[in-house]
Amino acid sequence: MNFDDTPQEAEFRATARAWISANAPRQYEDELRKSSLGRTVLKNADILEVAKAWQKKKADAGWACLHWPKEYGGRGSSPIERVIWQQEEGPFGQLSRMFIIGHGMCGPTMMAFAREEHKRSYLPPLASGEKVWCQLFSEPAGGSDVAGLRTRAEKDGDDWVINGQKIWTSGAHYSDYGILLTRTDPTVPKHKGLTMFFLDMKSPGVEVRPIKQASGASDFNEVYFTNVRIPDHQRLGEVGDGWNVSLTTLMNERSAIGAAVSTGFPELFEYCSSLMLDDGPAIEDRAVRSKLAHWAVKASGLKYTSMRAISALSKGERPGPENSIGKLVAGSMIQDVATYALDLQGAAGVVSGEDGELAGRFQAMLLRAPGTRVEGGTDEIMRNIIAERVLGLPGDIRVDKDVPFNKIPTKGRG
Amino acid sequence: MNFDFSDDQKQLRDQARKFLAEKCSPKAVRIVLDGKAPYDKELWKGLAEMGFLGVAIPEEFGGAGAGHLELCVIAEEMGRANAPVPFSSTVYLAAEALLIAGSDAQKKKWLPAIAAGEAIGTLALFEGKGNPSPKNVKLTAANGVLNGVKKPVADGGIADFAVVAARTGSSGRDNDISLFLVDLKAGGVDVKSLTNLDPTRGQAEITFKDAKAEPLGAAGEGWSILTQVLDRAAVLCAFEQVGGADRALEMGRDYALDRIAFGRQIGSFQAVKHMLADMYVSATLARSNSYYGAWALSTNAAELPEAAAAARISATQAFQHCAKNNIQVHGGMGFTWEFDCHMYYRRANAMALGLGSLSYWEDQLIDRMRKKNAA
Repeated sequence: MNFDDTPQEAEFRATARAWISANAPRQYEDELRKSSLGRTVLKNADILEVAKAWQKKKADAGWACLHWPKEYGGRGSSPIERVIWQQEEGPFGQLSRMFIIGHGMCGPTMMAFAREEHKRSYLPPLASGEKVWCQLFSEPAGGSDVAGLRTRAEKDGDDWVINGQKIWTSGAHYSDYGILLTRTDPTVPKHKGLTMFFLDMKSPGVEVRPIKQASGASDFNEVYFTNVRIPDHQRLGEVGDGWNVSLTTLMNERSAIGAAVSTGFPELFEYCSSLMLDDGPAIEDRAVRSKLAHWAVKASGLKYTSMRAISALSKGERPGPENSIGKLVAGSMIQDVATYALDLQGAAGVVSGEDGELAGRFQAMLLRAPGTRVEGGTDEIMRNIIAERVLGLPGDIRVDKDVPFNKIPTKGRG
Repeated sequence: MNFDFSDDQKQLRDQARKFLAEKCSPKAVRIVLDGKAPYDKELWKGLAEMGFLGVAIPEEFGGAGAGHLELCVIAEEMGRANAPVPFSSTVYLAAEALLIAGSDAQKKKWLPAIAAGEAIGTLALFEGKGNPSPKNVKLTAANGVLNGVKKPVADGGIADFAVVAARTGSSGRDNDISLFLVDLKAGGVDVKSLTNLDPTRGQAEITFKDAKAEPLGAAGEGWSILTQVLDRAAVLCAFEQVGGADRALEMGRDYALDRIAFGRQIGSFQAVKHMLADMYVSATLARSNSYYGAWALSTNAAELPEAAAAARISATQAFQHCAKNNIQVHGGMGFTWEFDCHMYYRRANAMALGLGSLSYWEDQLIDRMRKKNAA
């Protein structure tokens, strides 16, 4: 049992570290480190531009999408090298958030299902951040029931004609391309009538409307499709096989490990170490210490769970569903930690943004936290994954499973 | 990075699991639970024969000389089996105290006997309510004899010797405390068994009246040695707790698959699934914290005090959480004497207190984290 790199890993780490040290946009390091939760804001720069510039620099030097094959813009690295890179990239990795959907989900789906000429033309600019991608799955009536989607694709000559609406589409407002899951046959059970495509987000008939979130930020969008035409050669997988294609995408989403999970704990510990309460330093208060200890062991537990996963990865094992616990634990923890930090501030806790304590850091965390518990699968879906795929308990009962989609009752759904 | 046990260590785990499944069935545990024996002597003998009691004791003192990672692996299995033997008292507390502070003669006298299963040891620290603290030690040592009362002493009713914390000064500081070795079968020692939450591991009150004692470690060093012993025991107990938590989760999962209500396996109800998923989460976090503790223990890292406290808290929470919700999954049956759920519930709650309660370790963790941050 040790925390040491193998000689090859150590060499890779040293090379990565040296390159990052010489090339990263250090002027933003402090801001990126401090805005690890809540909102990532660069005061004097457009974060998208900074992110694109960093990504391009990485791509030109062969450090983009490390685990992708070289011919598609990657480096052909092992999974463990990807983890080492993430560790070394540290706060600069926050800039990759702009590309997380494209790199984590769209790219792998294209790799698995697109035609070779499409892979060669679309993937390298995706890897280098020149083109941004989004994923058009969720719908207003869907939520966790992704397969219940209603956006239609109808064949018209060599094209497909798309009508419908998507929602919760991260980054659609600055995306160039998207992968799109549609219904091509409403007369068969819901999982069987789906088909996947990719499309140019600038196509006529695509309308993107940003959603203002509870936090005040607008990271997500509604996307409307009115007679949007997609050529058949942009279909991913067979007609009617869209569900299997999307599972590949979702599996990739959940297998991302190694990046440090935000829990809010280091921020809270630091805050309590300096905060003075009426009776003295917060860190010496019995009740505060008990709370801190409770969260400390969750944070360290997650950290070492991730290290165990990395160890398994370096032995060539595949990351499994047990890695769902990171988001599940961290999501509600951030929310609780932020709530508690505000409680310690008393009445002043209500003041947010630049006017608030620590420039409103915990207030921003509080307002962003509910999203963390929902996006990429709610806490309840994460628990189902653990219960079903780790513990082997029965799947939820799905009464619509064998019913043709157009015969499923729709009352109360969009 | 290889943050995992080695293949050899995993093999040892399999071996221990198989041995305990055979020799320590719930039926065997119940003999002690029902008060028909103070501990499982046959199992104790078997553990000695397998080399498990001396796995971390150096070969020169009659042990296997393997190491503490190996001991962690065995501890987990002892917890999984809910073994009714004085393993933690003898191996984690008494043997560790001897390894840290014992003279060559003391080690030669007791460690081979421990490894051979011929001597049961314990730590006599507590004197009624309260957590580990020098100010809670009232028992005095003077002129080579001890006077005072220790209570509760884990496995005190069956122990051959005890490491006893005694007051030897009146400065009001930690160095008032010294440790002593006492042969409990000699004169001046009165042992009374106490009823307790977990009858599979006894508790006793021990009264010392001019009981002969020999110093263990230097005078005035008692508290510093004790802190090290407690930290090491915290990691080892954490593995027992992880083993117990895992077993409780497994029992709950199996029952949820087996039991039909409202025409369905109860494990198909989301409320039950989610309860079991949460048990898995807490057991996993505890396991990961314990692995870190094991690494720190086995390398004697500077991080040990912090890692030990984190492992202790996390494993205590996980075992209590899994043991109580295992009963909940079982419904009314879980609350019967006949089902095994309560054995783990008892063990979980007794173990939560044995090295000082959760609030004590929370305090320790924050102090240690502060110290590290200040450094």
